[in-house]
Amino acid sequence: MKLYDSTELAVRNLRESFLRNSLTTIGISVGVASLVAMLSLGIGLQKLAGRRLQSSGLFDTVIVTSRRDLRGFNREQEDNGPAPADSPALDEPARQKLEQLPNVIEAYPDIRFITELRFEGSPHLTMVAGLPFSSKNNDAFDGMQGNFFSSDSAPEAILQKAFAEELLGRTPKRGADDVNVRELATPLLGKELVLSYTERTATPSASSEADRGSDAAAYSVVRHRQALKIVGISDLDPDSMRGQARARVFLPLKFAQSLHVMQASDVRDTTRLPGSAPTYSNVSVRLKSPKNVQAVEDAIKKMGFNTFSITDATRSMRQFFAVLDLFLGIFGSLALAVASIGIVNTLVMAILERRREIGIMKALGASDADVKGLFFAEAGAMGVFGGAVGVALGWTIGRIINLGTNVYLRRQNFPPEQIWFVPWWLIAGAIVFSIIISLLSGLYPASRAARLDPVQALRYE
Amino acid sequence: MSTPRTDGNPSPEIAVLTDNICRHYQMGEALIPAVDGISLEIRSGEFVALLGTSGSGKSSLLNLIAGLDRPTSGKVVVHGSDLADLSRAELAKYRLHTVGMVFQSFNLIPRMTLLENVELPMRIAEVNRNKREALALKALERVGLGKRKKHRPVELSGGEQQRASLARALINQPRLLLADEPTGNLDSRTGTEIMNFIREFNESLGMTIVMVTHERALAEQYARRMISLADGKLIDDRATASAATAVVRRGEL
Repeated sequence: MKLYDSTELAVRNLRESFLRNSLTTIGISVGVASLVAMLSLGIGLQKLAGRRLQSSGLFDTVIVTSRRDLRGFNREQEDNGPAPADSPALDEPARQKLEQLPNVIEAYPDIRFITELRFEGSPHLTMVAGLPFSSKNNDAFDGMQGNFFSSDSAPEAILQKAFAEELLGRTPKRGADDVNVRELATPLLGKELVLSYTERTATPSASSEADRGSDAAAYSVVRHRQALKIVGISDLDPDSMRGQARARVFLPLKFAQSLHVMQASDVRDTTRLPGSAPTYSNVSVRLKSPKNVQAVEDAIKKMGFNTFSITDATRSMRQFFAVLDLFLGIFGSLALAVASIGIVNTLVMAILERRREIGIMKALGASDADVKGLFFAEAGAMGVFGGAVGVALGWTIGRIINLGTNVYLRRQNFPPEQIWFVPWWLIAGAIVFSIIISLLSGLYPASRAARLDPVQALRYE
Repeated sequence: MSTPRTDGNPSPEIAVLTDNICRHYQMGEALIPAVDGISLEIRSGEFVALLGTSGSGKSSLLNLIAGLDRPTSGKVVVHGSDLADLSRAELAKYRLHTVGMVFQSFNLIPRMTLLENVELPMRIAEVNRNKREALALKALERVGLGKRKKHRPVELSGGEQQRASLARALINQPRLLLADEPTGNLDSRTGTEIMNFIREFNESLGMTIVMVTHERALAEQYARRMISLADGKLIDDRATASAATAVVRRGEL
């Protein structure tokens, strides 16, 4: 019998015992659905983590420091490369060179300093950092109130929520609910904040004298005040990577640089680099893709700098998700395994019921292969229907879980997330898997039906 | 196709030859000889009735000729091919193309319409889809059921069901029609109707007919030759009164 004819007969036979076959098919659907829901959740979480890390800038960023600072990030870096004293300084020309490397989008210096800020007359001490304009799309600004900087050189500030609370005199009590960032934003946005800072300026008269003389510091330090406009209150912590040194007030990077604020490294440099240009304590190099990290790191090391990136962390993360997906897949498949027993049961029942019919078909000239093919086609058809319905069901379950999670997140004042993702290969794979499982389940019943003795089967009432 | 029977021809082709065939069934401890050493020859175009009481082995013999069962010993040769030489798949092909079967209980598939039932052997034979429906309809019309093609077997009378099963048996143009008590479940009027169809197939299509029956009268009226069985053995083999000419008979074994 041709495959098309077997399939047509099979679908007909399935329709005939509609209730029983539907129930079996629903069993398969539930199995496929649980598999799809589990895996789509795993894939979704992986995607979410990947997306988060991608936009957090951890994975496409290499942090460059000078070896002069004697701060290798590990033993290997300290042992290899040029001696600290011979290594290049991390200054503006070096930064430009870093930016010229292939696959580098930008290289920006880390500007940060502790200083005093005045709000409505009262002083507050905190860490201030420059923020490159490119970090506008950073996830850390999800849920931010107000706007990002209007330009890279505007005298504007974005405050971290904790600092905003401090300005308003609302120090949160331990264990109390987080303050809603919206409540903080209303009294602060558009207000003025006065930044006090010490500027490092070249002192021409002094410096010429110093150059002729000994290793004297060749710059002046001048106190300044600068008014800033509060444009945004960030809910999350954009500078979390910096740990203890993390800033709570952010300025546009170009603007921060233009202030020439005295940096911590400046003081140290005075002992070694008489009258030279300022150096950066570290430079962040942003790459086109996390894939380029290794190559760029190698290139930078060749230039004589120390580098740091977190690519190794991705590797273990990927491993973690592979294991997670495997476990989710196994749990999802359990239901499918149970469903496959249902198929065997249904088909064995069908053979008993249709014994006479099998006998008739054999008497009419159907071969063992024809009978086997017919039952195989029935199992396969249940697999196709079960798979298709299961994918739809799994998709719906995933959506519902996602929706529920987002309702919860919103209640907790978190932005909604896509924690569930169904790639096309999962849909196709689940249906194919369901068909394979169904066919395997049909193996035994089909061969049993094929082996039936027609004379006996015809005698059966 | 079969060669039309020409009466008086001294040696028409042998359609069915059985040589000392036995079929023994194991029932627990007991060995039951359903067919016990039957040798016979049926020539192409003959209409043979197998007579006997129930348990005489006539249906078992028919199943052996039909290739539904294999003999314990002896051989069955149909149109020159020894069924013992055929594989299971080849035997299925033999049933599909060489043999048409009609049963006492009709054996139509209840979930299918008449048209689909008649179409089924063509489906198995992988006849082109486009031709099947027309052929099946033609076969149904031949037995007067053209208007009933969409009906399911349960919606029909016994006579109609048996006519449909006749149409199904003939659809692949077999050379041999094996009928197992074809009128057993029918009243005498519809039984006659069926027998007339069978006779017509024998006479106009030249099909070889082997019919199992326990009604001597029916055999006398329609068949040309009666073979009587008892306890799995052949006890009598002779031409019926309706046989116009002498039937070639095999000598004593």
